[in-house]
Amino acid sequence: MSLAKRIIPCLDVDNGRVVKGVQFVDIRDAGDPVEIARRYDLEGADEITFLDITATHDNRDTIVHVVEQVASEVFIPLTVGGGIRTLEDIRRMLNAGADKVGINSAAVFNPEFVNQAAEKFGSQCIVVAIDAKKVSQSGEENRWEIFTHGGRKPTGINAVEWAVKMKDFGAGEILLTSMDRDGTKSGFDLLLTRAISEAVSIPVIASGGVGNLDHLADGIIEGKADAVLAASIFHFGEYTIEQAKRHMQSRGIEVRL
Amino acid sequence: MSSVAVIDYGMGNLHSIAKALQHADPQTHVQISADANVIRNADRVVFPGVGAMRDCMQALHDLHLVEVIQQVAQHKPFLGICLGMQALLSDSEENGGINCLNLFPGHVRRFADHLCDEQGQPLKIPHMGWNRVKQKPHPLWRNIAQDSRFYFVHSYYANPDHEQDSIASTDYPRPFTCALARDNVFAVQFHPEKSQAVGLQLLQNFLCWDGTS
Repeated sequence: MSLAKRIIPCLDVDNGRVVKGVQFVDIRDAGDPVEIARRYDLEGADEITFLDITATHDNRDTIVHVVEQVASEVFIPLTVGGGIRTLEDIRRMLNAGADKVGINSAAVFNPEFVNQAAEKFGSQCIVVAIDAKKVSQSGEENRWEIFTHGGRKPTGINAVEWAVKMKDFGAGEILLTSMDRDGTKSGFDLLLTRAISEAVSIPVIASGGVGNLDHLADGIIEGKADAVLAASIFHFGEYTIEQAKRHMQSRGIEVRL
Repeated sequence: MSSVAVIDYGMGNLHSIAKALQHADPQTHVQISADANVIRNADRVVFPGVGAMRDCMQALHDLHLVEVIQQVAQHKPFLGICLGMQALLSDSEENGGINCLNLFPGHVRRFADHLCDEQGQPLKIPHMGWNRVKQKPHPLWRNIAQDSRFYFVHSYYANPDHEQDSIASTDYPRPFTCALARDNVFAVQFHPEKSQAVGLQLLQNFLCWDGTS
């Protein structure tokens, strides 16, 4: 087996600036997504994901310019998520240089959209982002539901069934975020990750909760994920991507070094 | 100044490949075009593509590009990428069976379902991510280490009839042909434009290749 497990740093972009703080010792302007993407590329990131959290529609153009700039000098796969609701939104991102788009709430409101997007642009560029939260009580069999609006609104949809449906509708990959773990630094929800990864035949990216390098390795080994996504452990300069890869390798995981 | 035409037939995003070619050699004139004259007059031709084979062949017929591709592939340095590699074979299993350009005798097959790796872990389809490329000697591998990793994303793979047409292989889990070469034609299943330094090196090698092996 020689396909490497992937490490994907994620940048939250608001009005064209990276938020949640990014600190690199030798970067003067820490909030510049282009400079940060360049740095992650040099450190060996396998892909880069931009999550556009710009609230107002008018300012959405800023992410397009960010992607254009990054794509003209960083030659690894780029994914853009956040606010992707129409085929035209997808086309704009791909034309700007994105390789994949992440579709989240638009898929929940209209699953057919995923189908149309995959037919139009190919499954390889359609990533369905799933935000899931555990809803079973202790003692019950594990059950996770899809939540929208940043984890505030329940939908009643079973997360594992939803992942299978999205695969059937043409998703090429699943980006799975545990809303229980997101921001906690306590590690991925490994049971959730494993349940979804074993239920679908397409690659699964684990997200939400990474606080140290063992968490990344656990996501692959125990969660059976094909890729791991993290933001803050890389942003704050706690670890470089290369350190993360070396650590994963030391735990027997195949990585691109 | 030499020129390279990137064939634009509506199959996927060509900006990445154009930007990568420009980055690999700032002196080259890069044109994205569906115009037969532009393609015929370019020094080199890149034939990219993502998506489904039925749409690919339909678009090539609709735009009258089949003959143009067959002509330029006779003598110009020619690089097929991803679907642009698969389309060079005789036919594909995709979409219930599609006849292709038949520049390389052979078939395009889908990865079998329920494949497992050596540890018994199920393998995902599409084959997506960075995998090792075992190269055989060819000028386009210049300055690229044996077993370098390139970025792949595909569910179908080329299975050429003639072993000598295969110029590299990748394991998933069994070896498959990930690059084809004959005379002035070279084609790869992976995406050099998304494979960082090794990918740019391959594009640079292509942009100074005279088409002889």
